[in-house]
Amino acid sequence: MENLWEFLSLRDPNIRYVVLGSILLAASSAIVGTFTLLKKKALVGDAVAHSVLPGICLAFILTGVKNPFYLVIGAFVTGWISLVLIDYITKHSKIKEDTAIGLILSVFFGIGILMLTVIQKSGNAAQSGLDHFLFGQAASLVGQDLLVFSAIALILMIAVLVLFKEFALIAFDTHFAESIGFPVRALELVLTTLTVLAVVTGIQAIGVVLMAAMLITPAAAARFWTDKLTVMIFLAAGLGAFSGLVGAYISYVAPAMPTGPWIVMIISIIAITSFFLAPQKGILFRMITQRKFQTQMLEENILKLFFQLGERADHKYFDTRSVDDITRRRPFELSKLQRGLKNLRKQGFLEATATGWVFTQAGKSKGQRITKLHRLWELYLTEYLKIAPDHVHEDAETIEHIITPELEKRLEEQLQFPSMDPHKSQIPYQR
Amino acid sequence: MSAEAFWIIAAGALVAIPCGLLGCYLILRKMAMVGDAISHAVLPGIVIAFFVSGTREPISMLIGAGILGILTTFLIEFFHTKARLQTDASIGVTFTWLFAMGIILISLFAGQVDLDQECVLYGEIAYVPIDLWITSNGTIMGPRVMYIMGAVFVLVLLFILFGYKELFLTTFDPKFAAASGISVALWHYLLMGAVSFTTVGAFESVGAILVVALLIVPPATAYLLTENFKKMLLITAGLGVVISIVGYYIAAGLDGSVAGAMALVAGILFALAFLFSPQEGVVFKHKKHTLTLDQES
Repeated sequence: MENLWEFLSLRDPNIRYVVLGSILLAASSAIVGTFTLLKKKALVGDAVAHSVLPGICLAFILTGVKNPFYLVIGAFVTGWISLVLIDYITKHSKIKEDTAIGLILSVFFGIGILMLTVIQKSGNAAQSGLDHFLFGQAASLVGQDLLVFSAIALILMIAVLVLFKEFALIAFDTHFAESIGFPVRALELVLTTLTVLAVVTGIQAIGVVLMAAMLITPAAAARFWTDKLTVMIFLAAGLGAFSGLVGAYISYVAPAMPTGPWIVMIISIIAITSFFLAPQKGILFRMITQRKFQTQMLEENILKLFFQLGERADHKYFDTRSVDDITRRRPFELSKLQRGLKNLRKQGFLEATATGWVFTQAGKSKGQRITKLHRLWELYLTEYLKIAPDHVHEDAETIEHIITPELEKRLEEQLQFPSMDPHKSQIPYQR
Repeated sequence: MSAEAFWIIAAGALVAIPCGLLGCYLILRKMAMVGDAISHAVLPGIVIAFFVSGTREPISMLIGAGILGILTTFLIEFFHTKARLQTDASIGVTFTWLFAMGIILISLFAGQVDLDQECVLYGEIAYVPIDLWITSNGTIMGPRVMYIMGAVFVLVLLFILFGYKELFLTTFDPKFAAASGISVALWHYLLMGAVSFTTVGAFESVGAILVVALLIVPPATAYLLTENFKKMLLITAGLGVVISIVGYYIAAGLDGSVAGAMALVAGILFALAFLFSPQEGVVFKHKKHTLTLDQES
């Protein structure tokens, strides 16, 4: 706990660098990642991340020092070349994009590893710490690094701010952007460049191996909480920054721990929790909505059946129907039927008698409405879409549960309150 | 050729061939990145198996990684269908998460398991000749990795030989395969299982990331050289051997990682095929193009 206060108070300048650095780096990659995710190019980030390794090594071999400025330039060059190559291979051969991504990623990374091992055996003392770029070591961020990386992060954020409208458009609808005269290719090139920049800023804290996660995961998590692009960007940046902070803290209390994997672990847990629990889009919410709808369908089908049984028995709607009467007409699953009947009694649509179940007034009018919607829809399909009468039942079975009172009114008016459906059954109106 | 060079080259080829053969199916199914994801995501399985069994005993490693491989495929599918997450994001989130977990586990168990981050990245193929299998009565049976990779090699070969028709049909025409009673899902998971096993076998020699170079690059190269699937498999296997031999000598010359050099050679071979392949090569395409233009004018 004492550690935590010491850490959060930012009194120690080293901690200040590490904290500010991690937050800034994680947030800026999350912002760019939002656009690449929406463009469905998430994995391209993975390719860039791996491809900066040979650039870093080459810069070191050429200059012989571990100056962040040179290393960033090297990383930028090879990262950018890798994207151009992926594009070129996909355009000029039958190789698909995913194969091209995997190919460039692994070859570039292999070359990087070869260079790194050669450097490590060369005996140059300055090389120690170069391997921190693999898995990230936020704790090794010093003032000079922070200056370079924050400058890049700042450029990146300003670029996104200035070109926000343009990026939003090419992320959602490239063809439209083209048609209204946007320089789409140039903008995509800028976005590509920003992606490479984002990767380059993140490598010190997160490392090349897992950098892709910082582009993909915060944006994927944010996507589950909102449909608004601005909110999504701020949320992604916030989540990225939070995991950056926690990752930096962990590498502060346990220096043996690589920072990158911890940052990725935290943002992944946030993302996976979002996948399950987010309102509207989460797995749990979807499952509950689905269950609710299934129950509603079952109950409405039972009421509809009661109404139809009444119609067939000379409009004696308030006679008792046994479970047998019901299943003879429509094969419900017995356990589901029992549950539905009990629920309907609780809601006051049915009442239990000694030998079975009977409509209440409210139940009858609801059953009648569903039957009416079913038949109106069948008629609408045959009249307006010219579908054969023997093909309309299935569709009506689904739509009858969805039609709102407003739509119901428009259907009635459009069809001018017809009396018969295509199968010559009476359409029952409420009087 | 020294005995040491022989063992390293042989181990490299034994890794490269089964990887490449399975890779042929992956790239044709547009699942190259799923292969990449699996090769990363088996890591926590391997580490846990290491920790539980305490040794590099291959059976528990294969089980651990096999479970993780199938789990990865399942999670990618699950997030995509149940949470409607777009496929590329689903792949990206899943494998980076599992890989991060693997690295964290390695750091946690550091000292308790004989594994380090470098091994994960580029393997220890250079140690193949000295990592011997010695039986309890002291007989030296030769390099241990050769047995593991030999077994994986034979299993992958048998898998492709006996499942050739099913794999072929589910790859090229899944609808027809389903109509003729072949379970597309079953063969999908069998293939993913085979990829996971091969990745584990390859893990010790070339590391979790460079496996991808052997899974994707040789098949992509062969794909540019032929339109016949059987030939593509044969060319891929041949490329695996070439990559292993040339890779070893480059690494020996530069005193660097053999696995890295193998990826470099794979990349060079692809570049050659991309430029000079008789049918697909960019250079010849360009020539053909200018020729037809000349005739027109």
